[in-house]
Amino acid sequence: MKEIKIALVGNPNSGKTTLFNNLTGSNQYVGNWPGVTVERKEGKYKKNKNILIQDLPGIYSLSPYTLEEIITRQYLLENDVDVIVNIIDGTNIERNLYLTTQLLELNIPVVVAINMMDLVEKNKDKINFEKLSEKLNCPVVNISAINGNNVIDVIDSALKIAVNKKQIYNLYFDGEIEKSLKLIELQIKDTVESSKLRWYATKVFESDKNVLETLKLNFEQKELIESYIKKCEDLLNDDGESIIIGKRYEYIENIIKLAVKKNEKRTTSTSDKIDRVVTNRLLAFPIFIAVMFVVYYISITTVGDYLTGFTNDTLFGTWIIPNVTLMLEGLNIAPWLTGLISDGIIGGVGAVLGFVPQMLVLFLMLSILEDCGYMTRVAFIMDRLFRKFGLSGKSFIPMLIGSGCSIPGIMASRTIEQDRDRKMTIMTTSFIPCGAKMPIIALIGGALFSDAWWMAPVAYFIGVLAVIISGIILKKMKVFAGKPAPFIMELPAYHIPLAKNILKSTWERGFSFIKRAGTVILLSAVVLWFLQSFGIVEGSLVMVEDNNTSLLAIVGKMIAPIFAPLGFGTWQASVGTITGLIAKENVVGTFGVLYGFAEVSEAGNEFWNLLATDFTQLSAFSFMIFNLLCAPCFAAMGAIKREMSNGKWTWFAIGYMTVFAYSSSLVFYQLGMLITTGVFSIMTLIALIILAGFIYLLLRKNKYENI
Amino acid sequence: MRKLIDAKVNESVKVVKVHGEGPIKRRIMDMGIVKNTVIEIRKYAPLMDPIEISVRGYGLSIRIKDAEMIEIE
Repeated sequence: MKEIKIALVGNPNSGKTTLFNNLTGSNQYVGNWPGVTVERKEGKYKKNKNILIQDLPGIYSLSPYTLEEIITRQYLLENDVDVIVNIIDGTNIERNLYLTTQLLELNIPVVVAINMMDLVEKNKDKINFEKLSEKLNCPVVNISAINGNNVIDVIDSALKIAVNKKQIYNLYFDGEIEKSLKLIELQIKDTVESSKLRWYATKVFESDKNVLETLKLNFEQKELIESYIKKCEDLLNDDGESIIIGKRYEYIENIIKLAVKKNEKRTTSTSDKIDRVVTNRLLAFPIFIAVMFVVYYISITTVGDYLTGFTNDTLFGTWIIPNVTLMLEGLNIAPWLTGLISDGIIGGVGAVLGFVPQMLVLFLMLSILEDCGYMTRVAFIMDRLFRKFGLSGKSFIPMLIGSGCSIPGIMASRTIEQDRDRKMTIMTTSFIPCGAKMPIIALIGGALFSDAWWMAPVAYFIGVLAVIISGIILKKMKVFAGKPAPFIMELPAYHIPLAKNILKSTWERGFSFIKRAGTVILLSAVVLWFLQSFGIVEGSLVMVEDNNTSLLAIVGKMIAPIFAPLGFGTWQASVGTITGLIAKENVVGTFGVLYGFAEVSEAGNEFWNLLATDFTQLSAFSFMIFNLLCAPCFAAMGAIKREMSNGKWTWFAIGYMTVFAYSSSLVFYQLGMLITTGVFSIMTLIALIILAGFIYLLLRKNKYENI
Repeated sequence: MRKLIDAKVNESVKVVKVHGEGPIKRRIMDMGIVKNTVIEIRKYAPLMDPIEISVRGYGLSIRIKDAEMIEIE
C-alpha cells in the first residue's frame, strides 16, 4: 500500500492534540518547523504504519498574519497532502466552520470531525450530521477525542475519500463577488496550479500580500485585477477582505440554521458561574494570590521539600555515593578516578537531579491550572498590568513556570503570538529566581543576615522589579518598535483536566530540566573537577590538595578584578559566579569546595562563618543581586537560543541581562558604600552616572509608540 | 458613530462595521465579528481592560483599544 499523508487542522482548543495522541499513540516525532519555533508534530497511525499524520498548528484562519497560519497554508499548498482532517469543537461549531470554508477551497479532500460530542449532548444541542455533510459537501464524523469514541471512523472516512479523490467545489459567493472572482481566475490561471485556482483567487480578492508576491503578476494584470476588486468594493460598500469574511460567515449561518438546533433553554453554564467568581472585580486578585500560594506551598514547602530532601540525602547521600565509592575502592581504581566519578560526576549531577521532584510537583500543578482553563483567565486579569511595561497578560505564564526552572518557562513563551511580546518575555523570564537560585539566597541570608526570613521575598521582589524595569526600558527601544499585535484571545469554557495530557506536559517540562543534567552539567562537572583538583606546582601539572594553588584559582584571580567594583573581587566569588553559569545551584557547592569542604548542605551552613569574614553585608547582597540577574545557566541560554531561533537576538538577550545585572549591582554597592561610609570615589561617580542613565531610559518618551 | 465600548454590559448589539486595517482588524473579523453579527459585552476585567465579549456563543477577550474599531448600531 502506498503511503497516505493526512494533515490534522483545527482551531486551538478544539481537541486536536488529544485526537493526535489518540491516533498515533507513541509513534510521534516532535520537532520544529524549519527556521521557526512553532512546534511540528508528526506521527504514524497506530493501526497502519503507512498512514502518516501531520499535526498542524492550532489556527483560526488561513490569514497571512501569524506564523502558525502561514506555516499551515504553506504546508497544505506545497506538500502533497492526501486528506485534511478538520477537527471542530462541536460546542462552538459556528466559528470553527469558518476555517473549514477556507480549507475546502484548497481542493484537497476534507473530512470534518466534530469533537466534544459528549459536551454537545450534555448541553442538549442537536446536530444533524447528514445535513451538515450535504451542505459542506464532505464527510462529517462525530467523535469524542477524550473518550476515544469513533476516532477510528475518522481515519476510515479519510481513507475512503483519499482513494477516489473527487473534486469538491464550494460556492460560498454569488452575484457580483462570484463574477469578480471568475475574472481574477482568468488573469491568474497560468501562474497557479489549476486545482488551487479558487483559493488563490479569493486571496487575491482579499489583497493578501503573501499571495500577491508569489504570483508575480505583470503590471497590466495587476491593474485589471485592481479594477475588478474596486468595482465590487464600491458596489458593496466594503473592502475586499471584509466582503469575503462576511460572506463566509453568512454561508455558515445558513448551514447552522438547517443543521444545528441549539438548546434555547440553556441555563447559565457552570463555566460562567465559575468565571463570575474567579474574574470578579473584587475577588479576582485575592483568589489568584491564594491559588499561587497553595501551588508554591505544596511544591516547595511540603511535598516538594520532602521529595527533594529524600533525593539529596537518602538516594544520593546515603545510597549511591558511599556505595559507589566503596565499590570503586574495592576495585583498586586509581584515587583520582574514584574522585572524578564519585565527587565530580555523581556529586555534580546528583546536586542537579535533587531539584527534579520539587520541580515536577510545581509543573504538575501549573499544568492542571493551564489545562482546566484558569491560566487564560490569569492572562485576562493581568493583561492591563503587564501592558504597562510592554508585556502582555500571556507573559505571566512563562514567568510562573520560570520560578521553577527558566528552561520550560522560556519554552512556554511560545504561546505568545506577538513576536515583540514573545521576545521581551524570553529576555525577562529568567530574572524571576528559579528553584536553583534558592540555595544562593539561603547561603547569603544564612551567612550574613542571620538567616532573615525576608531574604527570599526580597529576592523575588528584585526579580519582579528587574522584569518591570526591563520591560519599560526595552519597549522604548527601536528594535521593539512597530505596530502592537492584537491581544484577541479566546476564553474557552472551564473543563476538568485530562490526566493523560497533564502528565505528558509535566513530564515534557521536567525532562527539559533533567536532560541538561546528562549533557552540559555532566561535562562541566568533569571540567570543574579537573580545574580544582589539578594545579601547576614547580612547572608541572599535578593533583593538588590546596585549592589556592589549583588551576581554578588561577582563572578566578584573573577575572576577579572585573567584580571588584561590585564589592566581591575575591577569586572564590568569581569562580562561584562562573560555575553558576553551568548551573546556579553550583555556586554554593563551589564555595564549599573552595573553603575546603567536600560535602556541604544545600545552603552551605558549614562555611557560613568563613563566608562572613570574606564578605560584608553590602558586598554579599551585591553578589546575590548579580547572580540572580546575570546571564542564566548554559542550559537556559540554550533554551533562549532555540526560542529566539536567531543568533543575534540570543546574544542581545544574554548581553542585556549581564549588563543589567552588572549595572544594578554596581549602583547598589557603590551607593551603599557612599551611605554607610561616606567615602566618595571615582566608582561612586560612575555609579551615579549609571543610575542617571537608568532613570533616563525609564522616563524618556517612547518615540516609536505610534509608528 | 456608536462604538462597541459605548454599549452597556450584557446589552446585545449589532455590528455595523469593523474599522481599521491590518492584522488586528483581520483577527477581529476572523473570530466572527463581522457586519450584522450580534455581540455583547459580558464583563470588564478587574482592572477595567480588557473586556470579555460574547460572540457566536463563545467568550472572547479583547482590549478596549482594539474594541474601539468595532462600530455598532
